[in-house]
Amino acid sequence: MIINSRFFNRSELIGFVSLLLLLVIILPLALDVFRLNLVAKYLTYAFVAIGLVMCWGYGGILSLGQGVFFGLGGYCMAMFLKLEASSVENTKIQSTPGIPDFMDWNQLTALPFFWKPFHSFPFTLAAIILVPGIFALIVGAAMFKRRVGGVYFAIITQAIAAILGILIIGQQGYTGGVNGITDLRTLLGWDIRTDHAKYILYFVEVALLFGCIIIAQFIRLTKLGRILVAMREQEDRVRFSGYSVANFKIFAFCAAAVFAAIGGAMFTLEVGFMSPSFVGIVPSIEMVIYTAVGGRMSIFGAIYGTILVNFAKTSLSETFPQLWLFGLGALFIAVVLAFPNGLAGIWGDYVQPRIDRLLASRGPKAGNGLVANGAPAE
Amino acid sequence: MLIGHQPKDFLLAVEALTVSFDGFKAVNDLSFYVEENEIRVIIGPNGAGKTTVLDLICGKTKATSGSIQFRGKELTRLKENEIVQAGVGRKFQTPSVFEDLTVFENLEISYPRGRTVFGSLTFQRDAAVKERVEEVAEMIFLKDRLNTYADELSHGQKQWLEIGMLLIQNPDLLMLDEPVAGMSVSERAKTAELLNRIIKDRSVLVIEHDMKFVEDIAHKVTVLHQGQILSEGTMEKVKTDPKVIEVYLGH
Repeated sequence: MIINSRFFNRSELIGFVSLLLLLVIILPLALDVFRLNLVAKYLTYAFVAIGLVMCWGYGGILSLGQGVFFGLGGYCMAMFLKLEASSVENTKIQSTPGIPDFMDWNQLTALPFFWKPFHSFPFTLAAIILVPGIFALIVGAAMFKRRVGGVYFAIITQAIAAILGILIIGQQGYTGGVNGITDLRTLLGWDIRTDHAKYILYFVEVALLFGCIIIAQFIRLTKLGRILVAMREQEDRVRFSGYSVANFKIFAFCAAAVFAAIGGAMFTLEVGFMSPSFVGIVPSIEMVIYTAVGGRMSIFGAIYGTILVNFAKTSLSETFPQLWLFGLGALFIAVVLAFPNGLAGIWGDYVQPRIDRLLASRGPKAGNGLVANGAPAE
Repeated sequence: MLIGHQPKDFLLAVEALTVSFDGFKAVNDLSFYVEENEIRVIIGPNGAGKTTVLDLICGKTKATSGSIQFRGKELTRLKENEIVQAGVGRKFQTPSVFEDLTVFENLEISYPRGRTVFGSLTFQRDAAVKERVEEVAEMIFLKDRLNTYADELSHGQKQWLEIGMLLIQNPDLLMLDEPVAGMSVSERAKTAELLNRIIKDRSVLVIEHDMKFVEDIAHKVTVLHQGQILSEGTMEKVKTDPKVIEVYLGH
């Protein structure tokens, strides 16, 4: 088999190229800027989905707290943007000018110490990666070194999501509370609210997304990727082959956290605010459902799943707001019961073989219809 | 304990090893010594604590008290992966291979290089790895199945694959838990041949019920009963030991 030596196999290549065409050409041409901005919002969750494919699909570590990392990344970005929007001139009418408006409303008279470094853009960029990364490292080390795994790990991550949500809402003066951090205007003097900026941000996001896809695919193809799969099946065998299973789990969890954080930071830029409603239990579970629907074993499947489920969510909740949560629940049950590998599984089991057969019958010497690895060289 | 014997003379020195599960002593004050290049078979009735002894040596179960010295290293204080790196390999009773990976990938994971997170990220499948994997695959009769996913292998082939995964680790002490259990007669013969080849230049600790197989390979036999040693010595000596006949071989 030559497939092993290539970066993408054929179906992954199809996934990559079609996604590239869709995101770079078709959607920007077909949609108005409002709809394109919606797609940009959906895509921020695709970063989380890539992380979940690595961590949950390959490594078997189900995290129900990815919203935490999405939120941490998003809040880091929001803090920087908020400080930029809260210049002394902009906040003259406050009793303490120069601090974010919600702090002023909560009788704070000075910027809290942990906000101060967020005046610096390079620090903010580093923090978007490092804050969630280090937090995941601490949580992961605490759990995996003690051999906490499976359902227990999922429940603990969910508890962390709940705690962080409550903490943000409770500490209104420092975090903006339930409203979140709103009224973000410029990034280094560049207005992020204009249509032009939304186009540019969309393309920056797509570029980052493909960057993450390539990194995830690279990791998958290294021995580390195979160890993740091995660990999911026979944890003890990996341990007794001389590997520290905990360290590999921590790595997968941290990588997933960093991907989620990049998505969160892009979310803040695209949507113009960050709030605790993207941090807690419900968004965290929704992110897992996107991944499951798309296919937790497939990077491209998970991205398509995220886009489709979010699209369905927007169109359904515009018409029947109450129905959406039931729809989402039903979708999840259907996927778990009928299609455990999600859309990617359906593609691989039903669509791909038909395409292969079609290509084979068109090929020069297609004697039987089951030529699997011969003809389709283009 | 033993006058005139320094523990360092032995590859493995288990002394006063005890483990108790909620008061039940699965292994009770057990001491035995394995020399370099020795093939030791542990036999005994069900529940005698045979598998527990292997679990204790490889770190899967933590000892309540006692010591396990391997080349002068105290294994009871090491983690499982550190014990493997010290040179102890363990095969489980039920074949535990990675079914979603190919035979090649299964063997490659056991290749003793790049065992840290970053080591495995930068691991290259170079000529040395390929050569060694192919060499071992040939030994375990799976040379033409390198690209087969392990879930398509038969039970016997999975056992061989796991033995191959241990072989590629090149351990100084190889521990095998019932390597021929559940195998067909022809697979059994091939496995015996395989084991006879791989036990050269290393010490082996085997648990086995198949008496003919034990006679074929054992240098020395340890009979366990209720977590303690009932008898120890050559197969000839053990077979004629009245205590052994009573609790194990008699029925």
